[in-house]
Amino acid sequence: MTNLIIGLGVVLILIILYLIFRVSNLIGLARTRDVKTETRVDSSNRINAGLFLAFTIISLVSFYWYSYAYFDDYNLPVASVHGAWTDSLFWITMGVTVVAFSIISVVMGFFVFNYQHKEGRRAKFYPDNHYLELAWTIIPAIVLSILIFTGLRAWNDITAPASADAEVIEMIGQQFAWTARYPGTKDNKLGSFNFKLIDAVNEFGLDLADKNSYDDFKSLELHLPKDKEILIKIRAKDVLHSLYIPHFRVKMDAVPGMPTQFKFVVTKTTEEMRDELNNPNFNYEVACAEVCGQAHFSMKMIVVVEEPEAYEQWKRGQDSWLKQNPDYLKKVPAALQEAAMIKAGLQRDPGVEVAGNEVQ
Amino acid sequence: MATTDIHAHPDVHHHDDHGDDHEHHEGNFWTKYVFSEDHKVIGKQFLITGILWALIGGMFSIIFRLQLGFPEANLEWLRPLLGEWITAQGKLDPEFYLALVTMHGTIMVFFVLTAGLSGTFANFLIPLQVGARDMASGFMNMLSYWFFFVSSVIMFTSLFLQTGPASGGWTIYPPLSALPQAMSGSGLGMTLWLVSMALFIISTLLGGINYITTIINLRTHGMSFTRLPLTIWAIFFTAILGLLSFPVLFAAALLLIFDRSFGTSFYLSDIYIGGEALAHSGGSPVLFQHLFWFLGHPEVYIVILPALGITSEIIATNSRKPIFGYKAMIGSLLFIAILSFVVWAHHMFVTGMNPFLGSIFMLLTLIIAVPSAVKIFNYVTTLWQGNIRFTPGMLFSIGMVSYFLTGGITGIFLGNSAIDIQLHDTYFVVAHFHLVMGSAAFFGMLAGIYHWFPKMFGRMMNAKLGYVHFWITFVGVYMVFFPMHYIGIAGFPRRYYTWTNFDTFSGFFDLNMLVSVAAFITFSAQFIFLFNFFYSMFRGPIAPANPWNSNTLEWTTPRNPQHGNWPGEIPSVYRWPYDYSKPGAKDDFIPQTIPFSETPESNLPHENELIRLESTGTQGAVIVEKKD
Repeated sequence: MTNLIIGLGVVLILIILYLIFRVSNLIGLARTRDVKTETRVDSSNRINAGLFLAFTIISLVSFYWYSYAYFDDYNLPVASVHGAWTDSLFWITMGVTVVAFSIISVVMGFFVFNYQHKEGRRAKFYPDNHYLELAWTIIPAIVLSILIFTGLRAWNDITAPASADAEVIEMIGQQFAWTARYPGTKDNKLGSFNFKLIDAVNEFGLDLADKNSYDDFKSLELHLPKDKEILIKIRAKDVLHSLYIPHFRVKMDAVPGMPTQFKFVVTKTTEEMRDELNNPNFNYEVACAEVCGQAHFSMKMIVVVEEPEAYEQWKRGQDSWLKQNPDYLKKVPAALQEAAMIKAGLQRDPGVEVAGNEVQ
Repeated sequence: MATTDIHAHPDVHHHDDHGDDHEHHEGNFWTKYVFSEDHKVIGKQFLITGILWALIGGMFSIIFRLQLGFPEANLEWLRPLLGEWITAQGKLDPEFYLALVTMHGTIMVFFVLTAGLSGTFANFLIPLQVGARDMASGFMNMLSYWFFFVSSVIMFTSLFLQTGPASGGWTIYPPLSALPQAMSGSGLGMTLWLVSMALFIISTLLGGINYITTIINLRTHGMSFTRLPLTIWAIFFTAILGLLSFPVLFAAALLLIFDRSFGTSFYLSDIYIGGEALAHSGGSPVLFQHLFWFLGHPEVYIVILPALGITSEIIATNSRKPIFGYKAMIGSLLFIAILSFVVWAHHMFVTGMNPFLGSIFMLLTLIIAVPSAVKIFNYVTTLWQGNIRFTPGMLFSIGMVSYFLTGGITGIFLGNSAIDIQLHDTYFVVAHFHLVMGSAAFFGMLAGIYHWFPKMFGRMMNAKLGYVHFWITFVGVYMVFFPMHYIGIAGFPRRYYTWTNFDTFSGFFDLNMLVSVAAFITFSAQFIFLFNFFYSMFRGPIAPANPWNSNTLEWTTPRNPQHGNWPGEIPSVYRWPYDYSKPGAKDDFIPQTIPFSETPESNLPHENELIRLESTGTQGAVIVEKKD
């Protein structure tokens, strides 16, 4: 019933609007017949010109005001070395473009208002001016080359190979979660993997013929050391994902069949960031930035950044994947069984030299 | 002007042939309005279909803006429309949300801003503005529309599938789009998307070949390339871009079809999904992205160039001034068109592509800002010391320049690969391209409709309603997309159903609500336009012959030109189209058909020398007439 009333109300309003439109049309028609002047514009021209001027002023003022007053709301704190570079590039570009934008907007708003139609005036016949054209080709070109070269420098540094002693961690994207794999404290090397070995338990597709895989461990939180170079190796199991850690300015696609990577240095631990933001519940988060299906919006992983010592301690406290899933020991080649047991932490290390012999 | 003379004979002859048989085209309803070969009717068909698609695409955005602006709202009332896509809890289904986003993108980019914009104005304006009876091939032109129509029907059908339409984003990146296991929209919905797009590409190619051929071969006597209006130049470059880039999308789509249906591995490798490892190996998802964006980037210029051409023409006409830097405008169009082919990988800085490629593409991308800046400056200078009339078309053109500036300038951030790391796939990108290509192209289209409506339907649209439509839409669009910059700088990723899972993205409920409300208002304002459009088509005041006092050739046709456009001989052209407010001239415009010999009072010195050529030109035409 209410729907019907609302519907009727809408219809009524539309009819009224239509009638107003008709009446104003007829009045307009009658008026032009009366006057029969040769003017090419009516009073609307002045109103439109004024509105443009008003729009230019109001929109620019609100742009400046909001950008200034709400800076803390939209400015995401940064906690990585390269993030500080890209942020400064961002703000330099912002400075340059806001100046250009403001000047052009004001000039255009002014021109639109000032050169509105005036009866009897004639526009200036001004088809071209090569010097002007040249000027506004060359000046933007110079400004842009400066931006390009600063950008290129940063980009080259960010994408340069990681140093040999970088902390290597693997992130695996799948519908709809991230999983981290750490190389383990015994060999500090990630074991190899093969997607054909993936099953419900062996979610990494760990190749158990590779002895580096025995001490690898899985984590559902991404633990990172502060002030140490981190190299994240990224892969995807099913479709494209994109590893996105907003506070570190890290983003790199996870591509099935093509491992990717991103290196960075974190500058603030979670605790430091909590203090800085006065938010005891703050956590760094990993998100997915490439649409990957229904629950794309929920691929979250918590990032914990600690001092290097605490990080090492945390690593030592983690059980290897093989220890958590001892059934998979039978997939380890017979010759490597004992090494696997030891590296995985399933068996106490009988002595460094014995383990060494086994491995050889 | 020797070239002009060379063109004269075959041109005039050809046109006269057409002139003789244009009587045959006065057929029945079917041949006149449905399977018409008349470029004007085909243009209108593209326009009406484009408007219908724009309504659907716009409505989709309204539905997902409801979700984003009011995540807590109960959407049960949408059940009559969306059925099972509203979950039992009265929420929008998250997968359908992605379908909406995908279809909104597909519809707007291809069906509205490519077919609806290029299709309408290329078809309508080319013969009228170059002075031709019709397109080079009327039949191919008709096919172009009907391929588009069939493509539209297929895409429309896919909206009603139980598994939903394609939903992996309008960029349809595999593996997501290749594997029905990954999301239900990648099943039949994706198949129909690909089939529809294949037909769409055929339509674009048939149209494009026609546009190029007509512009090169069927220009009337005296219409040299340097006398073409900028609309035609823009459409010319657009058609070339489409012709060179759409086949690449066709190839990309074909390989995707193979991967989906015939077990090949062009794009697929190392995939474990739905509890099994797939046999595909050796393919590369990044290959698809390269192929897609090889079309995709020229595509955004296919969308924006016609808008730039249309607004150049309208701004010059209504400023009563020649467009500033006509040759620079053509040069920048050309430069943009060329560069648009070598910047595609800036969409892929963080896809794992070799970083060195990233450097190269960043360099090339930022270069494209230079010709774009030249265009903005030239627009502004055209306004300087003008005598501006704010017709609705003019308002939308100025709005277009404003969006092109605001949206274009953020491209300098995104083209910088180092900055793009953070901004990639955030709302900053959404804000950028919706302003610079979405809204700007839309405004170009609306400007064109308001400006050429009198020629299309012989009646005037109501200007006051046009003003209201403009101001609500202009401010509304800024209210929708400007706040998205802030949301993007804060890192909010696109294509998220909700951000509440993340503390990092927990703010901005207010801005998102504002954006949604602004979107609803803006969308509603389009009904003012629709009413104005359809009402004026039948009951608008009769249009005068040249309502905007414009110089171009289309205004020399009768009020309702029949097939063949000019009842008698096609007029010859003697000057460029921008002789507005020429010093000494009687009026503030001199149409292209007025010879210099008739305007000694306003001729520039070099133009006086052209008078001699005019007479030889006329003799050329006379000789042809004698032959007949």
